[in-house]
Amino acid sequence: MTATEIKGAFAHRDLLGIDGLSVSEITYLLDLSDSYVEQNRQIDKKTSVLRGRTQINLFFESSTRTQSSFELAGKRLGADVMNMAVKTSAVNKGETLLDTAVTLNAMNPDLLVVRHGDSGAVELLAQKTSCAVLNAGDGAHEHPTQALLDALTIRRRLGKLQGLRVAICGDITHSRVARSNLLLLNAMGAQVHLIGPQTLLPVGAEQLGAHVFTDMKAGLEGCDIVMMLRIQNERMEGALIPSVREYYRLYGLDREKLGYAKPNALVMHPGPMNRGVEIDSAVADDPERSLIRDQVEMGVAVRMAVLEALAANLPNGTGGAQ
Amino acid sequence: MNIAFSNARLIDPANGLDELGTLVVEKGKISAIGKNAKVPEKMKSHECNGMAILPGLVDMQVFTGEPGEEYRETLATASQAAAAGGVTTMITMPNTNPVIDDAALVDFISRRARDTAIVRVHPMAALTKGCAGKSMTEIGLLSEAGAVAFTDGDRAVMNALTMRRALSYAGTFDALIVQHAMDQDLQSAGVMHESEMATRLGLAGIPVAAETAMIDRDLRLVELTGARYHIAQISAADSVETVRAAKKRGLPVSCGVSATHLMLNQNDVENYRTFAKLSPPLRREEDRLALIAGVADGTIDVVVSGHNPQNEEAKRQPFAQAAYGTVGVETLLAGVLSLYHADGVPLDRLLDCVTARPAALLGLGGGTLSVGAAADFALADLDAPWVVDADTLRSKSQNAAIDKRKVQGQVLACYVGGKAVFER
Repeated sequence: MTATEIKGAFAHRDLLGIDGLSVSEITYLLDLSDSYVEQNRQIDKKTSVLRGRTQINLFFESSTRTQSSFELAGKRLGADVMNMAVKTSAVNKGETLLDTAVTLNAMNPDLLVVRHGDSGAVELLAQKTSCAVLNAGDGAHEHPTQALLDALTIRRRLGKLQGLRVAICGDITHSRVARSNLLLLNAMGAQVHLIGPQTLLPVGAEQLGAHVFTDMKAGLEGCDIVMMLRIQNERMEGALIPSVREYYRLYGLDREKLGYAKPNALVMHPGPMNRGVEIDSAVADDPERSLIRDQVEMGVAVRMAVLEALAANLPNGTGGAQ
Repeated sequence: MNIAFSNARLIDPANGLDELGTLVVEKGKISAIGKNAKVPEKMKSHECNGMAILPGLVDMQVFTGEPGEEYRETLATASQAAAAGGVTTMITMPNTNPVIDDAALVDFISRRARDTAIVRVHPMAALTKGCAGKSMTEIGLLSEAGAVAFTDGDRAVMNALTMRRALSYAGTFDALIVQHAMDQDLQSAGVMHESEMATRLGLAGIPVAAETAMIDRDLRLVELTGARYHIAQISAADSVETVRAAKKRGLPVSCGVSATHLMLNQNDVENYRTFAKLSPPLRREEDRLALIAGVADGTIDVVVSGHNPQNEEAKRQPFAQAAYGTVGVETLLAGVLSLYHADGVPLDRLLDCVTARPAALLGLGGGTLSVGAAADFALADLDAPWVVDADTLRSKSQNAAIDKRKVQGQVLACYVGGKAVFER
């Protein structure tokens, strides 16, 4: 089935990125997610939307948080969920990514959730499989469900996205979270500030619609949301930044730096956090200011919504999400 | 075989020739050419109907898989693709398995080419042993064995001292040193042009400085040593400017560009199209236009195919993992002619870039239609439109960056030493 044949509020076979989604599609997914947030707070969290469907979580990069969130989402919707981790798969035995795709295809899954360390790898897989593919993070390219759950978290707390100023701080260059968030927030009318040392800021970020800062004080001014990114160990020790202590001093979010943002500005982090590196525990654990736990809860709801929207578009689905 | 080609548009940039006339071939050599050329009695004559006869193309950069990776390409299959593209001389690159860094291996290539290839093949030998960038090869012995130039193929010589010594030593033999101008440290994990587009795709970029920094360094060393230095391919406007200035200063510098870089730009890697993953990378449209200007004004000496066959498995990978390179020897002429048809670059300059100029740089002679020269030439329809179809190209591998592109200019027949090696 081609994209043009798919009708409904979310007219895509796959979810490969925020790139290509319209404002109404994003809004539709967020609204649908909202309903699942309520359902997930009930005693009976299960529905049968995906009954009979097979969902495979194919993770070439290890992830505890995202994988369990997708697993829980699939199970709550009644799907049969299988997890495939790279270490036990054939990819290590010289099988190419596309061989893996062909093999999986033969098992007739309906939904394939993929995380891969290379940008574009999920799109490549999607071209070679007939099921609906969900990008759970590809290289430094996109992580669409993270951006959706961040947007849902913000929208539920502040009631809107339009007109907000959101700072994303840290290793922007290597971050798929930053890219997907930039695309989504821009599309929804929010203003995005990217803040980090020059060595961790990608070329041409301004052309992608961001305001770029190397100084936290300047970058955080007037921000409603401060989103911190995890800094990977391999970026430290002189390669891209000189040391952890210098990074923490200049970019680590503590109460003082949070003070540069709007009063009552909220703090987010996609996890897992490096406490004392990019974020101070006092900020991360402040129930008044931190949305980090909300993000995890929203993650399951958003993934349920996306799974439902894609399942509706499967060839033998309900014929389009309503 | 003796044969005359009558009523042909004879184009020979080296001799300033572009006229309707006859080409006479006797004993594998050109014996007469021009509007007044006399055809000996009883000689068989081929009516060309005004189609063009060009000197056979000299492609200064062809990677094959022989020896070691024959599944990608052999000298035989590459030569068939070459013949179909009007290329009568291929210069092969040394980074095979094993690396061509020993006189016996140069000899191996020459013998394999003699026995299996249908066009002329001249190998470049490695500049450093194993193309490892550490110690220089036996430039004297390799030259004697038939190596026409020295390069580490798709790898730059990173160590400045090694490069200085190689340039210095090569001077004794007037050998041509060919550099893949790419600073590997600056390239780092980069796989495409460093730009907003790379950022959007989440791919690590290769800054223009990775190329210009290497060229700048090498030019200092050329100044120091006086050796003949050639940059295999340049990709950026800044590099064109740097080479232009170096030539103005009188340095013995030359450079090439790939036909693909003259036709495509970084937008062709959209959607992670690995067939357009090249080294050096495709850059901005401004760079492409500067490269065309460089060809037009002679700053860029030669146009090469950079023919680099890769099989499906190597290309159907996530972009960062996929192999570099495109096939191109069969489409070199069409690529060069795109500048004539679309960009107004004079035909004689363009043909010079793929015939006499590379031949002269390599000390091969040839690349002309001079009387007495080997009868290496192509019969071509310079205007014929066609669509590149990777599946019908003759290379063993189908990784064509310009697949499905509409081009103009088709080779009808190709002759090496007066013998037809390809007829459409």
